[in-house]
Amino acid sequence: MKIVVDTTPLSPWEALAEYEREVVAPAHPGRYGAAATFVGTMRDFNEGDAVQGMFLEHYPGMTEKQLGLIADEAFGQWSLLDGLLLHRVGELKPSEPIVVVAVWSAHRKDAFEACRFIMEALKSRAPFWKREELHSGSRWVEKNSEGY
Amino acid sequence: MIGWCGSVRKPLIEGNSMTVKVKFFASLKEQMGCDGATVEIGEVATAADIWLQASGGKALPPNVLVAVNMEYTDQNHAVKSGDEVAFFPPVTGG
Repeated sequence: MKIVVDTTPLSPWEALAEYEREVVAPAHPGRYGAAATFVGTMRDFNEGDAVQGMFLEHYPGMTEKQLGLIADEAFGQWSLLDGLLLHRVGELKPSEPIVVVAVWSAHRKDAFEACRFIMEALKSRAPFWKREELHSGSRWVEKNSEGY
Repeated sequence: MIGWCGSVRKPLIEGNSMTVKVKFFASLKEQMGCDGATVEIGEVATAADIWLQASGGKALPPNVLVAVNMEYTDQNHAVKSGDEVAFFPPVTGG
């Protein structure tokens, strides 16, 4: 599973197509029957306020380590062929993608469940922090919305 | 830009000391006024002891998460010389 945490803007659909074409298909020709993906994008509103921008801080080293542990758990729990996890950090504007999670498996059950697990585990365990830019100044996001 | 707090050394009466690297992130970094510190402390210390010394005696906020060497743990975890001890608020990525 490929994991990238970077300041470079994401192009989720191009990245997914490229990874399937260049990595998944050559390694598992004819074996993958399901791909489940999640793309998270920055909104221009939160908690009733207009949000103009966002800064995403992370803990270099620990973030990648925790994402790797989450991926290991997913591969231990479900039958997966490959995965892709991309996460933006740094300055973002509304409508820019923040996160991409994708997994490939033989059957949909493993793909759906593992994709959901990875995303929810990332939200609760990967050290990232969002600071929103509002008209009135900036504020740190204190908690995530409920996923389940 | 928030910088390094520098070295925080507790005078030792006797015995050996150890050095650990402390890091703060996000809102906690802003509250502390720096992104980390080097702490010199006695050989037996928990993450909570490290916090007290690095923060100048502030109480550890109840929602703060603790990591030692980039793995989640709790404030009672015993630290070793050379460890990296991080304190940060609940995570909000994704």
